[in-house]
Amino acid sequence: MLYSDKVMDHFMNPRNVGEIEDASATGTVGNAKCGDIMKVYLKIENDRIIDAKFKTFGCGSAIATSSMATEMIVGKTIDEALTLTNKAVAEALDGLPPIKMHCSLLAEQAVKAALKEYYENNGGIPDAKRVFFDVLQEDEHSV
Amino acid sequence: MNSQYSHRVYLDHAATTPVRTEVSSVVSETMDSFYGNPSSIYREGQDAKRLLEESRDSVANFLNATGSEIYFTSCGTESDNWAIKGVALNHFGQKMHIITSSVEHHAVLHSCKSLEKIGYEITYLPVDSFGLVNPEDLKRAIRENTALVSIMMANNEIGTIQPVKELCAIAKEKGALFHTDAVQAAGAIPIDVRDLGVDLLSVSGHKVYAPKGVGALYVRRGVKLSNLLDGGAQEHNRRAGTENLPYICGFAKALSLAAEEMSDYSLRISDIRDELIQSVLDRIPHVRLNGHPEKRLPGNVNFSFEFIEGESLLLMLDHHGFSCSSGSACTSGSLDPSHVLLAIGLPHEIAHGSLRISIGRDNTKEQVLGIVPVLEKVANRLREMSPLYEDYVNRRETTYEICEKCLNETDMKK
Repeated sequence: MLYSDKVMDHFMNPRNVGEIEDASATGTVGNAKCGDIMKVYLKIENDRIIDAKFKTFGCGSAIATSSMATEMIVGKTIDEALTLTNKAVAEALDGLPPIKMHCSLLAEQAVKAALKEYYENNGGIPDAKRVFFDVLQEDEHSV
Repeated sequence: MNSQYSHRVYLDHAATTPVRTEVSSVVSETMDSFYGNPSSIYREGQDAKRLLEESRDSVANFLNATGSEIYFTSCGTESDNWAIKGVALNHFGQKMHIITSSVEHHAVLHSCKSLEKIGYEITYLPVDSFGLVNPEDLKRAIRENTALVSIMMANNEIGTIQPVKELCAIAKEKGALFHTDAVQAAGAIPIDVRDLGVDLLSVSGHKVYAPKGVGALYVRRGVKLSNLLDGGAQEHNRRAGTENLPYICGFAKALSLAAEEMSDYSLRISDIRDELIQSVLDRIPHVRLNGHPEKRLPGNVNFSFEFIEGESLLLMLDHHGFSCSSGSACTSGSLDPSHVLLAIGLPHEIAHGSLRISIGRDNTKEQVLGIVPVLEKVANRLREMSPLYEDYVNRRETTYEICEKCLNETDMKK
């Protein structure tokens, strides 16, 4: 099998699919021409992510990593969510084939893009937090 | 046939076919009883030699060739490599130009690429939106130093059948040799090498219900090409290596069965194909048929599903018991979707959502049409998840820029 059971579970039964109408912030990364786009919606109250949803156009692992990444950040504070890494997402899925690792980076980037928008809508990114957004400059295919 | 898959519907016959029981019996009988080396002069060897030559005549008969024009190889890829590199190397220093099309199998395209590296010039002819090569383009591209024109008989992804006879006549008029990759065409549509006029033609065992690991190259009498495999005197000194007799016998059996059954098979399968195409287009919105509506292989169906990525589609179909294939980047192991779908002008995002269904002789109409409601369900589900579909429904323009890496990859392939 190409994918682990966990990847298949999150692909066949993805958690948190959908939109949040009154989202605090959204983040969209990837592009249709490369074959994957992820859009993450966050609902944030008192610096805590109380809900996360996603929509993804992409392969099995793109959908599974979106599902896992959103599951990993719901209930977390912004500071905790900022420490999410693509490696952690891939590990939580019992690994991804090497050629699919970029999907986990996209998932991290989608979450970070949404958090960035949240900061920007609420007075700007604190200097101390800027380092967490360096990942948004990374090319998904470099992973 | 293997019963472990009896609950599944195999719809990927363009990838490979199950071995027919009539063929596997011939393979195992040959393996059990005729172990001699056809090059040996004693009884066992000569018995093996007789079977080998009978098989050769049988394959020749299938193509309307003569036995001495058939060379057994290890697969379709070897046949393509040999035809192209063999002709090219034989013209080294004289005619160093080769013409092919942009929708060939990688066995042809990558053979041409490797010749480019050692100084050959290659022209890749474009195709129209159905995947057809325009004979006028060939007329314009062909030159005094064109050694070979290689255009496939039928495409493996979209099933488009090329006007090989017409293209071949153009090549001959200019003194170039003509090769056609007939790997997908064999057993599906009639092939007559004399009528087509081709100099070289590749076929493969495992696309015609014979095992993997055997193929053949037709080389018209008098056509010269360099050897790829040097060694013993097998195959008239042109392809060294002890012959894979059991598979060769199985291959010959498969082709003779295909010849007997072709007209019935082709009618039955193309009828299922057309019903499937109509049913999907009627029931599922935002789907387009890739390839030519009429000039296509009987068993080939290729759709693009907008707003959906192909690998996801395949995985969900697999879950429901259907085995199909896709031209999406994620299933190709590269960053780019299928070169064939890009060559017929599909935008990247549409090419990523392609689905190939290739129907075979064991499929019933009920089985094949059974995929339609599943496809409808799966397509709906994936579209519900797709931000592209959301943009479409909300009438938002989707403007996602292509990333530099993908752009470079695409340029490199052009």
